[in-house]
Amino acid sequence: MFTYANPNRFMHLARRLTLPVWGLSLACLSIGLFMAFSAPADYQQGMTVRIMFIHVPAAWMSLFVYTFLTVSSIFGLVFRHPLGHVAAKSAALIGAGFTLITLITGALWGKPMWGTWWVWDARLTSVLVLFFIYLGYLAIWTAIEDPLQAGRVSSVLAIVGFVNVPIVKFSVDWWNTLHQPASVSRFDAPALHSDYLWPLLVMALGFQLLFFALWLLRMQTEIFKQKLRVRRLGLVETSNGTAG
Amino acid sequence: MSSFIALIRQDIALAWRQNSAGLSISFFMIAVALIPFGLGPDLKLLREIAPGLVWVALLLAVLLSLESIFQADLEDGSFDQYLLSDTPLEILMLAKGLAHWFGVVLPLVLTAPLAGLLLNIDTPSLLPVCLILLAGSPAMSFLGMMGSALAAGVSRSGLLAALMVMPLYVPVLIFGSSALSQILTGAATSDWINAVFLLLSIGGAALFFGPLVAAAGLRAFLK
Repeated sequence: MFTYANPNRFMHLARRLTLPVWGLSLACLSIGLFMAFSAPADYQQGMTVRIMFIHVPAAWMSLFVYTFLTVSSIFGLVFRHPLGHVAAKSAALIGAGFTLITLITGALWGKPMWGTWWVWDARLTSVLVLFFIYLGYLAIWTAIEDPLQAGRVSSVLAIVGFVNVPIVKFSVDWWNTLHQPASVSRFDAPALHSDYLWPLLVMALGFQLLFFALWLLRMQTEIFKQKLRVRRLGLVETSNGTAG
Repeated sequence: MSSFIALIRQDIALAWRQNSAGLSISFFMIAVALIPFGLGPDLKLLREIAPGLVWVALLLAVLLSLESIFQADLEDGSFDQYLLSDTPLEILMLAKGLAHWFGVVLPLVLTAPLAGLLLNIDTPSLLPVCLILLAGSPAMSFLGMMGSALAAGVSRSGLLAALMVMPLYVPVLIFGSSALSQILTGAATSDWINAVFLLLSIGGAALFFGPLVAAAGLRAFLK
């Protein structure tokens, strides 16, 4: 983990990884989408069942990315990993995006199935709260100018906000909700027919790779930005030095 | 220990002199009184939505008071003194939180049931309503101070603190208002007393974690 603490070494790795990860992700997503559309229509839900292949992976990612963000924040705050805060910041906007996709596709799926865009049940509400926590996290980065300071303050919030992740995951078990309980990650066999399970898993892999591809890109941008900032500050100092 | 008590006394005295509680109470009353203008004076409807309304107005009033917890200390340099003091920062933060609870939230919660009269809550229910609000009040102060500390020192910190604290207030709002509606529909005490314990346990957890997070947040900001 600390081998790549050096930004230059990380950049070297990131540059080589970006293209393959993008390629794999697009391959998985196209195969997954093809499988999703060739899967038989559900006897009850008809065509709308295909929304699942976007909705469920996005929902998994919204939780995965928040966990990733919290772990990176801990690395930044506790172990002083130089790239911890950058990693967390780069993940946040992508995670917020996945959460928004989850909410929107959920609403689109809810309208034909439940007859309403939105219900205030525990799962939907906790995912909405997750989205708000992402927004609060991002707000700190825009409000505090110094990246080191913003990194430390935002990681404390990220760790506090992690309380919500198990609530989202287990909301369907703890409360009797309209949203159905987990049907894939169960101790016994998944309660999903293999016609649906396989496209879903391929799509999930595609989403996971898509996250890493986007994250690598944002990491590189972020590191460039910070280098630019340091260089600008250096220029200001030298010009002040010659003036004085 | 002496600095702990001194800090509490100072903050309560400050809150009293700046009339923080009075301002929060006025805000709360005005917010509640505005609703019938928007919804029309249908007493039956008002009574139905009273539980959620009272809680939302209460949480908004508390949110507005959060900015004051740390702002003055950061501006006048008292905060650097806290860092230099022998007493751990976490203990001092506990004192700040307790002072906010005692100086602002407690007076607010004790007068809030009066607003219930505007919303057609009958007088025998006022005491249980007050009890529920009281049970939720430590959580309001100590969850709020987390956001306040994390946002301290940023311009427009009140807005940022509100954005961070609101998701944390959601459980208090859910359990608090469901207990209130049970009271108003005439449920037995045994039905809503669980919510009191639940709110108190949220408050207990916040009492423990609030000062820790606030200290971590302020250290992160100042270092």
